[in-house]
Amino acid sequence: MASTDSAATDFSDDLPAELAAEERRAPAGTGPWRIALRRLRRNKVALAFGVLFLALVAVSLAAPIWAEEVAHTTPYQNRIADTITIDGEERNIVEFDGVPIGPTWHGEYFLGADRNGRDVMVRLLYGGRNSLLIGIGASIITMVLATLLGLLSGYFGGWLDWVISRCFDVMWAFPVILLGVALGVSLNISGITIGPLELESGSLWIPTVIIGIAYVVYLARPIRGQVLALREKEFVEAARAQGMGPWRIMLTELLPNLASTLLVFFPLIVANAILLEAALSFLGAGVQPPEPSWGLMISEGIEFLTSAPHLTIAPGIMLVLTVLALNIFGEGVRDALDPRAKIRLEH
Amino acid sequence: MARFVVRRLVGMVLVLFAVSVLTFLIFNVIPNGDPAVRMAGKNSTPAQIEQIRKEWHFDESLPQQYLFMMKQIFTGKLVSYSDQTNVWEQIRMGLPRTFALGIGAAILWMTLGILLGLYSAVKAGRISDRVLTVLALIGISMPVFWVGALMNYYLGYKLEWFPNGGYVEISEGGIGEWLYHLILPWTALAILFIGVYSRILRSNILDTINDDYVRTARAKGISERRVMTRHVLRNSLIPIVTLWGLDFGLVIAGGAVLTESVFDLQGVGQYFAEAIGRLDVPPVMAVTLLGAVFIVVLNTVVDIVYAVLDPRIRLG
Repeated sequence: MASTDSAATDFSDDLPAELAAEERRAPAGTGPWRIALRRLRRNKVALAFGVLFLALVAVSLAAPIWAEEVAHTTPYQNRIADTITIDGEERNIVEFDGVPIGPTWHGEYFLGADRNGRDVMVRLLYGGRNSLLIGIGASIITMVLATLLGLLSGYFGGWLDWVISRCFDVMWAFPVILLGVALGVSLNISGITIGPLELESGSLWIPTVIIGIAYVVYLARPIRGQVLALREKEFVEAARAQGMGPWRIMLTELLPNLASTLLVFFPLIVANAILLEAALSFLGAGVQPPEPSWGLMISEGIEFLTSAPHLTIAPGIMLVLTVLALNIFGEGVRDALDPRAKIRLEH
Repeated sequence: MARFVVRRLVGMVLVLFAVSVLTFLIFNVIPNGDPAVRMAGKNSTPAQIEQIRKEWHFDESLPQQYLFMMKQIFTGKLVSYSDQTNVWEQIRMGLPRTFALGIGAAILWMTLGILLGLYSAVKAGRISDRVLTVLALIGISMPVFWVGALMNYYLGYKLEWFPNGGYVEISEGGIGEWLYHLILPWTALAILFIGVYSRILRSNILDTINDDYVRTARAKGISERRVMTRHVLRNSLIPIVTLWGLDFGLVIAGGAVLTESVFDLQGVGQYFAEAIGRLDVPPVMAVTLLGAVFIVVLNTVVDIVYAVLDPRIRLG
């Protein structure tokens, strides 16, 4: 069994009983946030992977710098019939049989080319931007919608709760990936306009919105449950007795109490959203070419797996590293804030 | 109890109705081009397009079109827009493959998930537990289609240990060939779940190991092994078994689409993926509905089983 000393180096071995004991050891008056922060700071593995995630974000943000200064190209530039000179040797970027050049480990075509003669490294960095943007954007949409629906349904109850809960039932019954693919494909054909929201076909917003909506029910249900319990607490009753309106109670009394749940879910939702984006793009329902994304690059690479495996391996490694970093950091956050939280997501 | 079951069953039917309407709307409200024009092909006259529109009821109102499609689904007459094949026949051909993939993978992930989770919990904090934890986290972080593609490449193409995708019926190649073609897809699909299940079981065991009834069992003087299998494991397994029901439903209902496509198993998921590429609405409609039926039925069964085991749920 994990001893207390070794708990400093692992990421989820802290037993709930030990954590509870530690909570009691802390000096009286230490707030729950401070305890959580202290726990997280002690969890070096989770922190290291948190830093790795930030590094991956930074690298992806630096995509234009690499593209302009090092590779001298753009993610879209095709050079099918061109040659480049490596170590004094002139080589075709794409061979006559269609096989693209492998990694050169030089500035240009650092990780080789794809079948259109595009620079894989540059596309990898820009693809990372898109994958991260979609993952994080979708998770923010999920957070906002789930909090709103969970609060409304849990606090007001009655017919509103009934309607929202039945909508959750329907969403729950939809196979996530089938729903995502069906929506993604049809939206990408001609785009859609719903009131002020205008989604053009091929826009990155399409997968972002779809993924954001797909995960709402996974978060909204636990939030609704929490609100149901909180609503009966004395401090909410006191607020009501003071004459506070329902919206203010939700915002100032309930929302702060939901913050730890939201924080626990966020990194894990981002991880799953990135994986779902990859799956949708793999099936042609996510990011649309020529725009790069890790999932799309894997899907394009699989055709050339036997002749140019780097096309599949490189984006996959970036994807796994990113998701792994988020998962481990996310578990660290969960262990610090709420070790008993039961989280269920699907991708 | 009977009332609870009836209520759940009525809810189930309503949810399925809503799913069918939603799926129908996705393809008929979002502008995605005229299916009649697509079906007529490039060199078609307006008269031909009009003919198709009439024949396929595209000229009627949305509710009428919906009713027409549902009637076709329930009478088994639904045909694909793109090649006019009967959708149910295609699904019937793909379903055994999807089930072969799903059941095999589910057995694999349940067995390995329990074994590794139990081992991890017994060795909690030791090196072997750490290694398993890291492996489990890597497992849940990998996209299944990527793992599948790499397995195909390294174990199938390069080392030639396994066939390069495809599915062989038992009646054609015998049980050996069938197994041989399914080992890689099973493994690829199971990896994620092995990671999830072993970690859930590990934390369940560590939670219950300090419970009073376990202490009582130890105090009675029975062996540690018996405490583990008879008392701790039995209770820690309950949440895993219910989860297994739900996850199995999800895999059959669409989770297998990626695995099937990568390994070219020609199951229902791949049928869906190919239909969506052609914007062929009827197969998409049918597979989505079938998937929803699967999820809803398994959810309801799990709920009812739970209610039988735990009367508090019925009142809630």
